[in-house]
Amino acid sequence: MQHFDGNLLAGPLAEVFAFDPTTARARCNGCGAVAELATALVYRSGAGSVARCRGCGAVLLSLVEGDGRRFVNFTGTGAIEITTAGRDDA
Amino acid sequence: MSEVQQLQAAPRTAWHVAEVTETRRETPTAARISLDVVGWPGNLAGQHLDVRLTAPDGYTATRSYSIASSGDGERVVLAVDRLPDGEVSPFLVDELRAGDRLEVHGPLGAFFVWRPPASGAVGRPVQLIAGGSGVVPLVAIARAHADAGDATPFRLLYSVRTPDDVFFAAELEAARRGPAPLEVEFVYTRSAPDGSGGPVGRITRERLAAAVIGADAAPIVYVCGSTGFVERVAAWLIELGHDQAAIRTERYGGT
Amino acid sequence: MSFITRGFTGRSRERDDRLPPGQTLVHDFPVLSAGPTPEVDTADWEFTIRTEHGGRRWSWDEFMQLEIEDVTTDIHCVTHWSKLGTNWRGVSLDTLFAEVETEYDYVMAHSYGGYTTNVPLEELLGGRAWVAFEFDGEPLDPEHGGPARLLVPHLYFWKSAKWVRGLELMPTDDPGFWEQNGYHLHGDPWKEERYW
Repeated sequence: MQHFDGNLLAGPLAEVFAFDPTTARARCNGCGAVAELATALVYRSGAGSVARCRGCGAVLLSLVEGDGRRFVNFTGTGAIEITTAGRDDA
Repeated sequence: MSEVQQLQAAPRTAWHVAEVTETRRETPTAARISLDVVGWPGNLAGQHLDVRLTAPDGYTATRSYSIASSGDGERVVLAVDRLPDGEVSPFLVDELRAGDRLEVHGPLGAFFVWRPPASGAVGRPVQLIAGGSGVVPLVAIARAHADAGDATPFRLLYSVRTPDDVFFAAELEAARRGPAPLEVEFVYTRSAPDGSGGPVGRITRERLAAAVIGADAAPIVYVCGSTGFVERVAAWLIELGHDQAAIRTERYGGT
Repeated sequence: MSFITRGFTGRSRERDDRLPPGQTLVHDFPVLSAGPTPEVDTADWEFTIRTEHGGRRWSWDEFMQLEIEDVTTDIHCVTHWSKLGTNWRGVSLDTLFAEVETEYDYVMAHSYGGYTTNVPLEELLGGRAWVAFEFDGEPLDPEHGGPARLLVPHLYFWKSAKWVRGLELMPTDDPGFWEQNGYHLHGDPWKEERYW
């Protein structure tokens, strides 16, 4: 089973939020590591996408799409840091 | 800067209708697909989009593809490699033709992107490392660098099966010859150009160490390729002293 | 705003009376996972059933001493593919539960790697569910759930937990992994119970 990066979630998550959250940093509830969602390991199949912490492998979030609906579960993430102003390191 | 402005710094993402303006053979297994996307807000170098295809019975399939072009305008260029057991890529490579329409969602991704430094400034050196069709977003970055006449030192290390499998060979050569500094080195995994006498085989840690900008120059490194390629290269880069935070990776796959 | 892209059909979608609504026939065996494939040696493998009274545990060797059945069945994945007439070997859950007492009505299946899925106990009994360790005459490949997976073919295939390591009896029908994340608590393919 091939896994991918959190980059892959930019499309579907941008349809949930008003912006693309994959550059946001999130805290893993499993090990406490803080990292950009884009760096998470993503397991994607027709059933859905599961993003796991690159450090400990715990599930950070899941995304299920089907039947005209979208289910997002951020249960494995603690705080999510979204840069607002005064910082541009891209 | 207001919060709203910051969030809108990257072009706004939306679903668009794309019309194919041209499709042509890029390599024996890949096609270059030019799209005219009405309302496309432009995109940064390195971004991707999602393509959605719908069959007559309502069945849909969605896949992510890197964009080989960047900048303003409504023209978007993709390069898609045919995966043998794929459902979408064989259609895009073999069936799609000018005039066809499909749906695209984008531009997407703000992590694996490169922006030219402000006019005249020299940014941190940039090392691009590509495995196979993973070169596509790196071509966008190298061309954005060339088009901007940017003085930042750039290198591309490109692992590819044979010379026939090189994507955007002419564009890379033009960028290399242009005024913006760009060095290009190929690693051929199956066969090298005739008479080159160069080594053939998968990239090794030693080959990587010899080819990339050294850790002491603190480059930003972009790595894109299959999951196995990216994992291997990223681990070696860290062993070679590169800062993990300066390594941006994108793994590709899909059907 | 979906519209049809000329010439696109996707994988061929054959019709067959044995296919539940919305399903199409495949001849390969797609792999769906929510995480990395765990590597489990049969020397370390064990299977447990935990109840309010305690439980029961089998090692691989003990498991192989149980009555083993050959099963030919259709399987239906919620991602719209079905396979017809697949061949499995495994131990019926009727055999396993013959040694277990419980008042509880629901089961959570637990897997190596952390996956979970919930199934009502009565749906696991009556010759409708197995712990399978062979597919098509070969030991079950790790990417398809080996050494052993649950096989509950009358429900969508996410209920047939790969890398299964045990069953936990529950008084209520608590949701497993996919069921917490959007999929149906029950998952009957003939009723198209795909999502909440």
